[in-house]
Amino acid sequence: MEYLLEVEGLRKSFGGVAALSDGRLQLRAGSVHALCGGNGAGKSTFLKILMGIHMRDGGSIRRRGMEVAYSTPAEALAAGIAIIEQELSPVPHMTVAENIYLGREPSGRFSGIDFKTMNRNAQALLDRLGFNVRPSQLMMNLSVAQVQLVEIAKALSHNAEVIFMDEPTSAIGEKEAQHLFEAVKRLKTEGKGIVYVSHRLSEIFQIANSYTVFRDGSYVGSGNLADIDRPGLIRMIVGRELGDEYIKTNAPSVVPGIEVSGLTAPGKIDDVSFTACKGEILGIYGLMGSGRSEIFNCLFGLDPTSRGRISVDGRNITIAKPSDAMAHGIAFVTEDRKLTGLNLTGSVRSNICMASLPELSPRLNMNRRMEADASRQMVERFDIKAARDTMPVSGLSGGNQQKVVLGKWFHRKPKILLLDEPTRGVDVGAKREIYRIICEFAEEGGTVVMISSEIDEVLGMSDRIMVMRRGRSAGIYNREQSNAQSLVHLST
Amino acid sequence: MSTENSSLSTWFGSEQRKLIIQEYGIFVAFLLLALVLSISNEYFLTAGNISNVLLQTSINGILAIGMTFVILTRGIDLSVGSVVALAGIVSASFATTSSTAGVPGAPYPALLALPVGLLVGIACGAIVGIIVSRFAVPAFVATLGMLSAARGMTLLYGGGRPVPALTPEFRWIGTGNILGIPMPVVLLAIVFLVSWWVLNRTRFGRYIYAVGGNPHAAVTSGINVSRLRLSVYVISGGLAGLAGMLLSARTGSALPQAGISYELDAIAAVVIGGTSLSGGVGRITGTLVGALIIGVMNNGLDLMGVQSYYQQVLKGALIVGAVMLDQKRNQGV
Repeated sequence: MEYLLEVEGLRKSFGGVAALSDGRLQLRAGSVHALCGGNGAGKSTFLKILMGIHMRDGGSIRRRGMEVAYSTPAEALAAGIAIIEQELSPVPHMTVAENIYLGREPSGRFSGIDFKTMNRNAQALLDRLGFNVRPSQLMMNLSVAQVQLVEIAKALSHNAEVIFMDEPTSAIGEKEAQHLFEAVKRLKTEGKGIVYVSHRLSEIFQIANSYTVFRDGSYVGSGNLADIDRPGLIRMIVGRELGDEYIKTNAPSVVPGIEVSGLTAPGKIDDVSFTACKGEILGIYGLMGSGRSEIFNCLFGLDPTSRGRISVDGRNITIAKPSDAMAHGIAFVTEDRKLTGLNLTGSVRSNICMASLPELSPRLNMNRRMEADASRQMVERFDIKAARDTMPVSGLSGGNQQKVVLGKWFHRKPKILLLDEPTRGVDVGAKREIYRIICEFAEEGGTVVMISSEIDEVLGMSDRIMVMRRGRSAGIYNREQSNAQSLVHLST
Repeated sequence: MSTENSSLSTWFGSEQRKLIIQEYGIFVAFLLLALVLSISNEYFLTAGNISNVLLQTSINGILAIGMTFVILTRGIDLSVGSVVALAGIVSASFATTSSTAGVPGAPYPALLALPVGLLVGIACGAIVGIIVSRFAVPAFVATLGMLSAARGMTLLYGGGRPVPALTPEFRWIGTGNILGIPMPVVLLAIVFLVSWWVLNRTRFGRYIYAVGGNPHAAVTSGINVSRLRLSVYVISGGLAGLAGMLLSARTGSALPQAGISYELDAIAAVVIGGTSLSGGVGRITGTLVGALIIGVMNNGLDLMGVQSYYQQVLKGALIVGAVMLDQKRNQGV
C-alpha cells in the first residue's frame, strides 16, 4: 500500500536543543489522520519541516513513495502539500476570489486581470466543496470559520492532495466547527489525505480515522482510532506519571484572599465565580478561547465587566483600571510577555521598576539609587542571568525574561498573583525555578491564581482547579479528584 | 567549552563596540564635521560665527526637543511649523505698537504677551493630544490637520497681514543677551537642560520610554498611557509657541507665513540624533547634536559659498544616511 506521505525519523534541533528527535507519520489517501501531543511535543516543528519552512537535520520524507526535500513552502505546495495555519493570514480588503487566486490571477486583455473568469472559477470551486461563501464577498466581512473555509478552498485550488490543518477550531464556535467537519468529510471522500492537529479530543474522535502521538519531540505511537478509547489516547499524550518536577511546599489556609462572584463580560465570560484562599494556588484550565485569560483582564481592569463582585481580604472593591487593581495588591503576569509584559527596548532595570515608580520615587526627582537597588534585589532573588541590568531585556533568554516580569511584580510585594501561562516558552530548568518562586510566594501567605493550558502544570501546581469551557466555569475540583482525563473531558 | 568562551567574548566585544557607536557615534560625526570646517575655513571657529550658528540652531533646536518627546512615544507632530506662526502672530498682536495690527489696548507688557503665545501653543498641543489619545486618531493625521488649521487661523487672525513694530521689551527675548550669550541660545540651553532632566531623572521620563517601547506593557503596569500621550503633544505645542515668539521677536514682526516646513527640520534633527521613529529609543542629547549638525552644515556650506539649493540636497542625504546607519545597527543587535 502506497502512502500519500510517509515520514520517518525526522530530526531538528535549534541551537543545540532538540525540538524534534524522532518524527514519524503515515498518511493514507482518503483518510483523516490526527496528530496529537501536548505543548512542546514537536508538532509544529514537524509541520514546518514538511512545509519547507525549516530544514531537517535528519530523517526521511516520502511522497507517494518518492524521497522528497522541500526548501520553501512554494515547493511543498507545488508538490501538493498545503497547510492551513492556526494564525490565518487573509488580505482583508480583497474579495474571496482574489484571495484564493492571489499571485495566480488569470490574465485578461491588456495584461489586466480577468475578474470574470476568476470569479467563475472560484464559484465553481466553492460549489464543489459545498461552502456557503460567495467569491465577491470581502474577506473582512467573513467570520473566522468562513475564512478557514476559504483557506481550504485556496489549498485545493493548488490541487493539494495532502492538507495539514493546525488547530482549525481554536478560534471558532461549535456550530461553525460542524460546518468545517462537513468540509473535511467531503475532502476525505475525494481521496485527499488530511492531517488534523488539535487539542480537542472530542473532535478527533468525531472526524479522524487514525492517530499519531508525539511527546517531547518523539513519536510515541500510532494506530486506528477505532482501536483506542479516549482515556487511552490521553494517557499516551500525557505519558509519564508526574515526577518530582513539581514540589509543592505551600499549604492553603481557609482565609479567602480573593473572592469573585458572578463576573460577567458580554461575549467573553459569563457568570464566573471562585474563591482563592491565602496560601493557595488555584489553577484555571481551559482551551484557547474558553475565556480563561479574559477573567484576568476583567480582574485587572483591562476589560470592562457588566456584572460581578470582587472582594479582596473580605472587602468589596471596584476595579476600573490597572492601577486600581495594583492599589489592592493584585499583580498580573500576562500571557504573552513580549506583547504585553515587557518593554523589549528597555533595560532589565527599567522593566523591573516599571510598575513601581511612584513607590520608588515619591518626589519629582527620580531616586536612582532606589531603582538600582530594586533591580539588584530582584536580579539576585530570582537569579536573573544578565550581563548587566542596564542591558536591553530583549537580549535575555525566555526564562530570564519571564523572571524579569515576575521581578517587576514581586517588587510591589503583591498579595494576589494572577499568572497567565507563567512558563510559556520557558525551558525546563527555568520552569522549575518559576515553580519554586510561585510556591514560595504561596507559602508566605500569598494568593495565586494561575492559568495554564499545560495539563501537567495545572495538576502539579494547583491545590484546586477551575475548568473553563466556552466562557463559563465547568466546575472547581480538588487536586486529588482530578486527573488529566477528567480535565480534558470537562474542557471540551 | 573553550570555543564557546571565545565566541562569547568576541560577542561581548562587538556588543561593546556597538554600544559605543550607538552612544557616541553622533558626537563623533559632529566633531568630525566641525574639524573639517574649521580646517577648510578660518572664519568658522571664530566667536562671532559660533554664536551665529547657535543662534540659527536655537529655534529648530527647541522644536526638535519637543518633537523628541512626541517621537519617543511613537507619535509625530507635523503641526509645529504652523503653531510657530500662530503663537508668533497672536503674541505679537499683544506687543505691537501698531494701531491697526494689535489687539485693543496694545502694546501690553511683554510679561503678558509672552504667556499668551505660550498658551496658544499649549492649546494647539492639547487639542492634538486629545484627538490622538482619546479618539485614537493616528498622530500623523491629527497633526496634519492641525498643520493646516493653525496656518489658516494664523491668516484669519492677522487678515493675512504681518504684525509689525513689536515693542523692544518683547523683542529682547529674540535679540537681547545675558552675559554676551544671545537670548535664544540661553532659552535653548534652559529648554535642553530641563528636558534632559525630565527624560532622564523623573518618573514622567521613565514612563515616556515605557510607553514608546511597548504601550501594552505600559498599560498592564498601571501607567496612564492616554494621559501621557496627551502631555507630550502639550509639551511639543508649548515649545512651538516659545519658538514662534522667538522668531517674531528676532525679526521684529510676526509674519503669517513664518515657520513653513519647520516641522521637517525638527524631525530631521531628531532622526539624525538617533531617536527611533518606532518609539522608546533615543536621547535628548542626540537631538541637540542633530540640530547642531544641521546648523553647522548649513553654516559651513554658506561659508564655502555653496548655493543653498545644494544644502537642501545634502540635508536630505544626511537624514536618509543617518537612518540607514540606524537600521544597520539595529539589525546587528
